[in-house]
Amino acid sequence: MSQVTEPGLAGEPHGHGEAHGDHSHDAQGTFKSYVTGFVLSVILTAIPFWLVMANVLNDTLLTSIVIMAFAAVQIVVHMIYFLHMNTKSEGGWTFLALLFTLTLVVITLVGSIWVMYHMDQNMMPMSPHEALQKP
Amino acid sequence: MHETTPPPGATAPVFYDEEGHAHGDGGTLFGFWLYLMSDCLIFAALFATFGVLGRNYAAGPSGADLFDLRLVAVNTGLLLLSSITYGFAMLEMQKDRIRPTLNWLAVTGLFGAGFIAIELYEFSHLIREGATPQRSAFLSSFFALVGTHGLHVTFGIVWLVTLMVQVRRRGLIVANQRRLMCLSMFWHFLDVVWIGVFTFVYLMGAMR
Repeated sequence: MSQVTEPGLAGEPHGHGEAHGDHSHDAQGTFKSYVTGFVLSVILTAIPFWLVMANVLNDTLLTSIVIMAFAAVQIVVHMIYFLHMNTKSEGGWTFLALLFTLTLVVITLVGSIWVMYHMDQNMMPMSPHEALQKP
Repeated sequence: MHETTPPPGATAPVFYDEEGHAHGDGGTLFGFWLYLMSDCLIFAALFATFGVLGRNYAAGPSGADLFDLRLVAVNTGLLLLSSITYGFAMLEMQKDRIRPTLNWLAVTGLFGAGFIAIELYEFSHLIREGATPQRSAFLSSFFALVGTHGLHVTFGIVWLVTLMVQVRRRGLIVANQRRLMCLSMFWHFLDVVWIGVFTFVYLMGAMR
């Protein structure tokens, strides 16, 4: 019984995958992938909004870290399910360009905030009147 | 002349495109991806500016005083919905069905227009309360970052309408399919940028 159904079950997804592979090359998604990405995005958006609006964790630093983690995961979800990112499209050049850009983005963000924070620390103290004129 | 003519009996030269660069689109999609990456750097600079200046209120209003998170939640929902409806338009395009493609594109455009309308309402509300870009460094960097994103969405809508006219007049020819795929990347990319905006600017700003 199981021997009869096994080739059928094994053959079906394989055949489907092959037809799918012929039909759409690397830059296109399926109905299922779009819906999966959408549902995941809604969940990953709703939780941070809920955390902040209901003040669930009651701790600004902890909430910041948690919502940044959710944002990072959601960006990956968007990249995979909506932008159809993978390591093989265009012979890997798309992914390489993305990695290079991410490196530059991290250097820009972390570098700016780090350097400017320390400059702020080393500034002369301000009077309230001066602070009012501060841009 | 002599070099290009194969000697009699020799097989014609065969060329292999092993890296698969040209998918019949002449590399347009990859080139557009590189444009998006450079756009990403613009947003990185604006995010860095906001990260540095985002707490310099100059004794003016802070994010906690100004932001209405319910409005931002609605906006986020609209952009997310427009992303999936654009995905549906792409699926119909693959099936070569013009009418459903145009309908889904129209729905996408309406969601995008709703997003812009709410954002403009928010901006006008802020300006009416005196929270103009000139008020503080926080507000300057806020308007620069969120405004640039909104401008991108606006141009995305203009592009979308242009492509709808093109598809209506010429059908889903190869050139139009390529253009729709470029706009698809652009549109989803803007949604990715918005994730950063609502997390860093609105949610973290509202907590300070």
